[in-house]
Amino acid sequence: MSDGGRSRVGSGEEVTGWQILRRGFALSPALREGLGVTLLLGALSTIGSAIVPVVIQKTIDDGLLGTGGIDRSQIWTYAWLAAGVVLVTAFAAYWMKVRLYKASEAGLAELRIKAFRHVHDLPVLTQDTERRGGLVSRVTSDVDQVSLFLQFSGLLMVISVGQIIVATVVMAVYSWELTLIVWACFVPLIASLRYFQKRMTAAYAKVRQTVGEMLSTISEPVVGASVVRAHNIATRTQERVDASINANLAANTAAQKLVAVTFASAGVAGGLANASVVVFGVLLGLAGHLSVGTVIAFAFLVSLLVGPVQMATQVLTEAQNAIASWRRVIGVLDTPADVVDPGESGVSLPRGSLTASFHDVDYAYPDGPPVLREVSVDIESQARVAVVGETGSGKTTFAKLLCRLMDPTEGMVCLDGVDLRTLRFSSLRDRVVMVPQEGFLFDASLRDNLRYGRPEASDAELVEAIVSLGLADWFETLRDGLETQVGQRGESLSAGERQLVALVRAYLADPDLLVLDEATSAVDPQTELRISAALDHLLSGRTSVIIAHRLSTAEQADQILVFDAGRLVERGPHAELVAAGGVYARLHASWVAQSHLHAATD
Amino acid sequence: MSLATGHGKRHGTTWRGLRILFVGMREERRLFSLALVGSMVFGALTVADAWVLGWATDHVIAPSFESGELEKGLAAAVVALFMGVAILRALGIIARRLIGGIVYFRLMATYRRRVTRRYLELPMSWHNRHPTGQLLSNANADVEAVWESMMPMPMALGVVVMLIVAVIAMLTADVVLTLVGLVIFPLLFAINIGYQRFLSERVSLAQELRADVSAVAHESFDGALVVKALGREAAETERFARVSHQLRDANIAAGKIRSIFDPVVEALPNFGVLLVVVIGVERVLSGAAQAGDVVQVAYLFTIIAFPLRAFGWVLGGLPRTVIGWERVQAVLTARGRARYGDDALPGSGALRLEVSDLTFGYDGAGPVLDDLEFDVEPGRTVAVVGLTGSGKSTLASLLIRLVDPVKGSVELDERNARDLTHPALADAVSLVPQQAFLFDDSIRENVTLGLPVDDDAVWEALRVAQADRFVGELPQGLDSQLGERGTTLSGGQRQRVALARALVRRPRLLILDDATSAVDPDVEARILHGLRSRTEGGETTVVVVAYRKATIALADEVLFLASGQILDRGPHAELVARSPAYRDLVDAYDMARAAADREAAEIP
Repeated sequence: MSDGGRSRVGSGEEVTGWQILRRGFALSPALREGLGVTLLLGALSTIGSAIVPVVIQKTIDDGLLGTGGIDRSQIWTYAWLAAGVVLVTAFAAYWMKVRLYKASEAGLAELRIKAFRHVHDLPVLTQDTERRGGLVSRVTSDVDQVSLFLQFSGLLMVISVGQIIVATVVMAVYSWELTLIVWACFVPLIASLRYFQKRMTAAYAKVRQTVGEMLSTISEPVVGASVVRAHNIATRTQERVDASINANLAANTAAQKLVAVTFASAGVAGGLANASVVVFGVLLGLAGHLSVGTVIAFAFLVSLLVGPVQMATQVLTEAQNAIASWRRVIGVLDTPADVVDPGESGVSLPRGSLTASFHDVDYAYPDGPPVLREVSVDIESQARVAVVGETGSGKTTFAKLLCRLMDPTEGMVCLDGVDLRTLRFSSLRDRVVMVPQEGFLFDASLRDNLRYGRPEASDAELVEAIVSLGLADWFETLRDGLETQVGQRGESLSAGERQLVALVRAYLADPDLLVLDEATSAVDPQTELRISAALDHLLSGRTSVIIAHRLSTAEQADQILVFDAGRLVERGPHAELVAAGGVYARLHASWVAQSHLHAATD
Repeated sequence: MSLATGHGKRHGTTWRGLRILFVGMREERRLFSLALVGSMVFGALTVADAWVLGWATDHVIAPSFESGELEKGLAAAVVALFMGVAILRALGIIARRLIGGIVYFRLMATYRRRVTRRYLELPMSWHNRHPTGQLLSNANADVEAVWESMMPMPMALGVVVMLIVAVIAMLTADVVLTLVGLVIFPLLFAINIGYQRFLSERVSLAQELRADVSAVAHESFDGALVVKALGREAAETERFARVSHQLRDANIAAGKIRSIFDPVVEALPNFGVLLVVVIGVERVLSGAAQAGDVVQVAYLFTIIAFPLRAFGWVLGGLPRTVIGWERVQAVLTARGRARYGDDALPGSGALRLEVSDLTFGYDGAGPVLDDLEFDVEPGRTVAVVGLTGSGKSTLASLLIRLVDPVKGSVELDERNARDLTHPALADAVSLVPQQAFLFDDSIRENVTLGLPVDDDAVWEALRVAQADRFVGELPQGLDSQLGERGTTLSGGQRQRVALARALVRRPRLLILDDATSAVDPDVEARILHGLRSRTEGGETTVVVVAYRKATIALADEVLFLASGQILDRGPHAELVARSPAYRDLVDAYDMARAAADREAAEIP
């Protein structure tokens, strides 16, 4: 079901920048660890870097230009003092940076992992429809952006704020009136920053959007390389790629304009402050409130303030970008999982074959068409049930509801009379296993993939499972045995072999209810035979529900459920349904026609 | 050609990195010069700012106190000077940051375009040797890494002027003191070398781990359904956590090195000043210098601190620049180009296909296809049958020149496929692969791929592909957008859209490589029947790699491949009669049926 391209994953846009920062820190407790000491070190290095020029100034003033002539010992004292301060400052800065790196990397690793886990908790529909690259970027590049920010700009921000505070205090000591005047000059800057901030948020959001689209089109010449050559659409593809690259360039340029203007305006405010200090300082001095020495000293002090203010402004602009990324990560975490583990408050089912039942179940995609309507059925323990129907009839949804990969919109699905929603996952996933149509394998050894079904299985148990399914001779053909690398998505194996592995994996999981979406990929006859045999062994002693694509599966089932346009229209064993001459009879007839074509032409 | 770059210590990163940045500066020289000018303006005006303050002190503050009043003219002058300097300086900043930023973005865009252009030019054989994840990273993360240090470059170069001016001013004040102070430069240089060496190693490792994290996430999300179905979320998270922690540790290791460098860069000028002052005092006491000169040198030193920091930023990013560059250049310098001819393919209607001496193999392995020879009359449907590994898919790729044979030829209507232009070939031959790749685009675009056909033609193609019903049921029909890899459609639906894509071009030779594997048998039958109208109408020749009996049965004849050679050829019935191997292959289907029948008979 196509949804017109709207993302179902939250982008976090509803939340303000400050809230993002707060939530970000809440989600990464490692960030707060030892923050006090880190800030203390930051304060130390800030004060140090403020003191150094002062000490140096004093050395020059008192030592070199002092009225008593040059006092060598005094200079050396000051020099040693200054050197000491420089060393302490440098050391504090080093230590603080290291702590910052440790805290930020640890904190963001936590965030990454949390977001990763949550992606797995997302509804199946969301996982399916979301741009794969989009989900991956939220646990990789988005988190990286935040990390880069915290390590560079975040640090500068802390230092700048510290310097601003120190400068203000020092200035106030000299003249609180002038201090107020200086701050008054910065008021328009602060006002304009709020205005710019909003526009920057929008600009950076646009940047990230163009990045997503660009990544998508750039994947076309790579992943779709053969399609591009086969249909000779290289020029068209290049045009698409260029267009998305240019859109990204334009978005970056627009954001950069805002950044540059914001940063520059801080300098202008500084110029105003300088002028004001001179003019008002003189006026105040003439009125008798200040001495000439104070005014002169103050004029030089203003620069202590302007620098950090400019730095802070710059950091604020970069913060927008980082906040945008942080927002996206938090957006994922805020997207609700639909199927939630009742956990401790749930029930467990004892081992033993299961019965399953649907009670008046409806299912519709969120703001989409209904997929299943009023489905009610009872499945007996150890029954072999086949589910048939045309594509889009709802049979796959039926299977997913049965495994609680989704929850019904109306009605109830039960196992042994217990509503699936009250079942603890540790029990549910243990007892019910679904084998999807495309056997997905991980880029690892055969052993690792099989262990996915039963993590504690020993090699001997793995081989036993393979043999139990009648696959000993196939296993012999694998040169590396259990060590065989299956490749990305299992591509080193043939389609048929992937299905075999999926079946063994399901066997190892030893479920009481097996739900199988039969693969339709045609395989060579030898593997076809093996699959049938393995399936046979796999199904004995269990309740099973199979979405059938093979004639034999349906014919051998205890009960067949026939779906048509979302409704369960027929049910019963094969012979009955054929005799009834309804939907199933029609399906069966065409199936038979296909496979018996050979017999006819013989 | 391997794109692997080791992560051992690198030598000469500084020079190499700077040379790479110079390349970038040359490519965007006009804009970069503007940014540079902006930076110099900024530097000059920073000094001017200090001068104005000095002027104000001497000519406004002190005199006003002495005279007891503040002249309006002077006040206005002060304001004008400060504001003027500030505004001009602001313009300089804007020029530097905005244009500097634009240079950075433009360079990234340029290199992304170049890399993707190479991807489009390089032949399939090259693509098959490189994992897609790596290629994607080359076009994105690696390009970014190269130009990161470009941002502080205008600043760094611009303030070189400041630096030079300051040094000259220092020299005029006192040569000896200046030289004493400048000793910090060689120190900085030496520290930088050690820094680069240690940092590159760690950065390279971090870069690799970053790719690993991405790969694990990608694979895990791809298999999200299996993970959910088997309840293995915790195990997957554990796996991800492991590699995330490795990345964390690598980043921290790199960070530790960086944490040393910056404070050192900050501290050095200060030590320089102290040194100058202390030695300056000796010189004054011995009468070799004036106190004022020492003050001047010391003061100018504090100005130098700023450019040094800017250099530090640039130097700090060079390891990443060099590593990124190596990875990107591996693509840009890759050799290989698919060569096409100059001929058109005249005529219309189904093609005659002649394959002679066709041989193909991968380096180091044996031949996948060995001296293949066969003809297909126009308008016929030929099924290619054989066990896995018999070379069927390779044959399909060769017929459309996705790869070229080691020996032999493919002729279409007696013209060698290699002599045809790319458009001529693509117009005449269409391949539908087993794995359909759909674009992030509308269904219409996915079918037409830019071909100027009207919607009727699109619907017609969808009809033959048996995709018209489900597309018609979508709320936006042909305009429906498909997500990455068309994941909102089922496997069978994707295949049918890919089939429609091939059909809408009305190909004269249609090659289906297990293109209906995910489609229900009854739907597949309808598709094949639909194709019949085109073959029987003499419009297209069809070569279908078949696995299902139904497919085989609908073909005019069968090509039986085994171990890269043609074992037999002819109508299905004939082959069954005379070829035991073929019979075994096809009968195995029957055996599966027979076994099922036997079991059914046993069930009461």
